[in-house]
Amino acid sequence: MTKRKTCGYFIPYGLWLGLFVIAPVALIVYQSFFSLDHHVTLANYATYFQSGVYLKMTLNSVWYAFLITLFTGLISYPTAYVLRQLKHRQFWLLLVILPTWINILLKAYAFIGIFSQDGVANSFLRFIGIGPQQLLFTNASFIFVATYIQIPFMILPIYNSLADLNPAYINASLDLGATRWQTFYRVIFPLTLPGVKAGVQAVFIPSLSLFMLTRLIGGNKVITLGTAIEEHFLTTMNWGMGSTIGVVLIVAMIIVMQLTNDHSGRSSQ
Amino acid sequence: MTQPMIELRHVTQRYGTHTILKDVSLALESGKFYTLLGPSGCGKTTILRAIGGFDQVTAGDIFFDGKRVNDLPANRRNVNTVFQDYALFPNMTVAQNVAFGLTIKKMPADKRDDEVAKALKLVRLSDYGNRAISALSGGQQQRVAIARAIVMQPRVLLLDEPLSALDAKLRRAMQYELRDLQQRLGITFLFVTHDQEEALAMSDDIFVMNAGEILQSGSPVAIYNEPVNHFVADFIGESNILPGHMVADYQVSFDNRTFECVDAGIPSNEPIEIVIRPEDLTLTDLDHAKLKVTIDNQLFRGDYYEIGATDDQGHSWLIHSVRATVEGQQVGLTFQPDDLHVMRLHEREADFEARLETYEEVEGTAHDEA
Repeated sequence: MTKRKTCGYFIPYGLWLGLFVIAPVALIVYQSFFSLDHHVTLANYATYFQSGVYLKMTLNSVWYAFLITLFTGLISYPTAYVLRQLKHRQFWLLLVILPTWINILLKAYAFIGIFSQDGVANSFLRFIGIGPQQLLFTNASFIFVATYIQIPFMILPIYNSLADLNPAYINASLDLGATRWQTFYRVIFPLTLPGVKAGVQAVFIPSLSLFMLTRLIGGNKVITLGTAIEEHFLTTMNWGMGSTIGVVLIVAMIIVMQLTNDHSGRSSQ
Repeated sequence: MTQPMIELRHVTQRYGTHTILKDVSLALESGKFYTLLGPSGCGKTTILRAIGGFDQVTAGDIFFDGKRVNDLPANRRNVNTVFQDYALFPNMTVAQNVAFGLTIKKMPADKRDDEVAKALKLVRLSDYGNRAISALSGGQQQRVAIARAIVMQPRVLLLDEPLSALDAKLRRAMQYELRDLQQRLGITFLFVTHDQEEALAMSDDIFVMNAGEILQSGSPVAIYNEPVNHFVADFIGESNILPGHMVADYQVSFDNRTFECVDAGIPSNEPIEIVIRPEDLTLTDLDHAKLKVTIDNQLFRGDYYEIGATDDQGHSWLIHSVRATVEGQQVGLTFQPDDLHVMRLHEREADFEARLETYEEVEGTAHDEA
């Protein structure tokens, strides 16, 4: 009786899992073995791993995703650390979360306005005497906007792990003679590392396949794997190749997940 | 008299409008086992946090060896704390936890490892150095927390209810261990607990606290035998507390009868409360009775019977007796004059001691101060 009930509850999740996770992944893997003329082949993979273009693109994606994750982390950890100590922290946290409710495309267009020749950013540069610069369609602006968009996804897990940290650990560290800084890097940071890792997962993996921003803000100068997939599906109609890149991305995600997972070996020793 | 190692003078602690400590003064001497005893929320942990340096006090001064340390941060005070939940760093092994403070001090690795091994041996966890904290039982974690603190060789060890998370049997064993450890190391222990039994068993001196004030301080025996007020009498051990009034020096009246007692210096007819401990009451036959009571109930407690009874005035009595009695029976109770302890209403500790001195000098009777 209860078993049947549990099965009933499982239906929505099972449907969702089957239709939107398993089926698409299976289809991508399936597609990746077809050439343009619909023959089963491994040529797509051969092309991918032999062509300098794709490998360079992969490196590019990883490099930019790394930079975006790095800058996001550098901004998010101190922010989360300060937020935790504020009086109305729920309110400040809400302000951090708020931008995530706005569509990413809207935010991208907003930045086009801000970074354009006559935009707010250039008005400011003119005002302080530097003069207008080419801001839009640079790698720097791409990283800037991508970091801006990813920050909340990094702050939240770090904030949560800081909030879960028992303040007694901090007191114990001070009690044993550690300075604030020693306490931070010997106790607080290692104990909140799971939050950082969760943040890295939430930021690095999506950053690998950002394609809208590379086009709208980066001006297609940075071609990431995301851009390549989009091109193959919409422009060159080479679905097989697009799917192959997709498979590569999925594998990359699995690797990142493995690297950032908590190795629970130590605590279960 | 030697200079106290730690002294609090008129310390007050307020959070917002809430006063946690009201004008608390206390002095700790070197090498003794002190206990702060009181119900939860009485401010005892706040005193520990003030000494440890985790909180700034609102008013008053804290002295270590005669030097004011109010502004000295926690990491520069020569005291260490065993926290209530141990606060062992879960990302480090047992040995790394114990070594933490020494590493911070930049002690050379070989000397540090020796000290860690010595400390672990002291708490009988020599073979546990490489274990993860999560792999230890509560009692073992507790001992690691102690090792982590004593390896720093503090002048004072602060212990914040360190036994409260342990089961009853382990708790008793740890009471012996802690007492033993304190005597071997010769460090001052300041132990916080709400468990009066624990306090009585381990301490050289107890500070009984309630609502942010120290009500009484003294040896366990003195506090048990001569509580200054209703709260202390009630909180420390079990007691029969009855209203009465003074008839004359060494004569007290309660239950509409006059009894001989050992207290003096109180005006006649002043309303007082008398305390009789349940174990000081002896069951006897009605001819030898000082009081006659009817037995209401009786519980077997293993080493004694806990008996509830009512006298003809309607007062309830609690009696501990090694002999069983019969429910519903009328029996006699007897006690010695020095089993009666007289408490004046609203008398404070200082007044109580001053009064004791006035008539003890005259009488020359040696009161048990030890």
